[in-house]
Amino acid sequence: MKLSLEQVRHVANLARLSLTPEEEQRYLGQLSAILDAVEQLKSVDTERVEPTSHASLAESILREDVVEPSLDPEKALANAPARVGTSFAVPRIIE
Amino acid sequence: MSASELSELTLLELASKLGKRELSSVEATSACLARTEEVDPKIKAFLRVDARGALAAAEASDSRRKRNASAGLLDGVPIGLKDIFLTEGLETTCGSRILEGFVPPYDATVVKLLKEAGLPILGKLNQDEFAMGSSTEGSAFFPSRNPWDLERTPGGSSGGSAAAVAAREVFGALGTDTGGSIRQPAALTNTVGLKPTYGRVSRFGVIAFASSLDQVGPIARTVGDATALLQILAVHDPRDSTSARLPAPDYLRELEGGVAGMKLGVPREYFVEGMDPEVEKAVRAAAQAFEKLGATIVDVSLPHTKYALATYYLIAPAEASSNLARYDGVRYGLRAKSAKSLREMYFQTRAAGFGPEVKRRIMLGTYALSAGYYDAYYLKAQKVRTLIRQDFTAAFEKVDAILSPTSPTPAFKLGEKLDDPLAMYLVDVFTLPCNLAGLPGMSLPCGFTRAGLPIGLQILGKHFDEARVLRIGRAFEREHDFHRRRPPL
Repeated sequence: MKLSLEQVRHVANLARLSLTPEEEQRYLGQLSAILDAVEQLKSVDTERVEPTSHASLAESILREDVVEPSLDPEKALANAPARVGTSFAVPRIIE
Repeated sequence: MSASELSELTLLELASKLGKRELSSVEATSACLARTEEVDPKIKAFLRVDARGALAAAEASDSRRKRNASAGLLDGVPIGLKDIFLTEGLETTCGSRILEGFVPPYDATVVKLLKEAGLPILGKLNQDEFAMGSSTEGSAFFPSRNPWDLERTPGGSSGGSAAAVAAREVFGALGTDTGGSIRQPAALTNTVGLKPTYGRVSRFGVIAFASSLDQVGPIARTVGDATALLQILAVHDPRDSTSARLPAPDYLRELEGGVAGMKLGVPREYFVEGMDPEVEKAVRAAAQAFEKLGATIVDVSLPHTKYALATYYLIAPAEASSNLARYDGVRYGLRAKSAKSLREMYFQTRAAGFGPEVKRRIMLGTYALSAGYYDAYYLKAQKVRTLIRQDFTAAFEKVDAILSPTSPTPAFKLGEKLDDPLAMYLVDVFTLPCNLAGLPGMSLPCGFTRAGLPIGLQILGKHFDEARVLRIGRAFEREHDFHRRRPPL
């Protein structure tokens, strides 16, 4: 399965990754090779097979709706690259 | 007791000496720190050593022991942690530039459990970035080296953990295993590595790679040591919605039960072309050893094994691409300084912060989940995953556990597979079906090549049957002395 350069750019855009022209070329080749290798799955008959989305046993994971202490705002903000008051600060969103 | 005698003790032997007050935790912890100072410049297992924190914990442990108020069997035993575990107040990078300088505001549940049990934490161990890799060459900082041959990899992604244990820098360590990341480095370094059943150990505070596959487990020098660590970790955690509510048995009590009367399966699909003949010979010899101990060896088939690699390399990157969306420069970690808009900040931060393998997997996963390809790739892989799981269910109707090689080859040279991602992915061909099926699996030493490189035996068990996997491993270990050999450092 040979990817096109447009497809690589589209996927990079979806993944919010800016790639250099060299990276685009490298991933084009490598992803095409990996996709070739996974093509073999097409030969498996899965017509009547249910997908497995999780490896754990099926059990109820609900718990009581009880308020418990959560992370202190100062601690939560301690690693913020930029903050204003008790909020994370980011560059302008609306031009 | 000299420092070198001390470092030769197993974790359980040390625990016993601490219990009898023949040794103090400060002595043991200082010996580990001295050993690390001596050998780690060669091994490069540690990303950071927390001498002050470890010694403070050791002093607290000694004072508990003096008051006869020990926190448990392993109170005072120093250990190391893969850098994927959040440690409150201690930098945690997951081997990535994007988390450089990140100081977690809380402990992972497993870290909390270890601290409550009194174990001093010596520091954070190297790994492939975000646990994506099989050699530690994917670490953004430096590769670790195999104590058995410094030109070779200790395996990965928990390679720092395995190398530190093998080099006697720590008595045990925690790793994580998404496709073999505990078992493969254990096999390559002559250590014991256990990946518990999915759900047995909490993932809360463990930096996520592929959430339906990730599991936490111990790496140690003996089966008994790994067992003692699992006992601390195997606790239900309400903060992880996939954590099992099943109470853990007393693993240590069941450890010496032997294998007489057990049926052990050897899957024919796990002996493939390209496997190192010395690895095959050692694993076949191990199977014979189990027969001598009273087990029956049964030929079993896991027919979908050949699809496991492709299945894994769609599911794991897809889940990773979602999990790693959180590294956007907003709340923690790296932020690109020059970005003028929020959108630019995302693109530039992620471009600067992620290494080549992580970007490759994000790209692959995003592609597999993208509109028009989801059914053909991700959904298809999830269906084949069901078939792989069913293979094991059918095999476990006939046998109590399964034996196989852990890795098709012994440790390879650093740099050897760096330019060929597919060759690197093949390293995990025998370990990743276990993750896809959510089973417990262990690697333990079962021999050496003529060149002196360790070989690992893999034991796979039924869901939540860790006790039996450990017992089988212990039965083998009792009859052999591979695990006692010390790397030539």
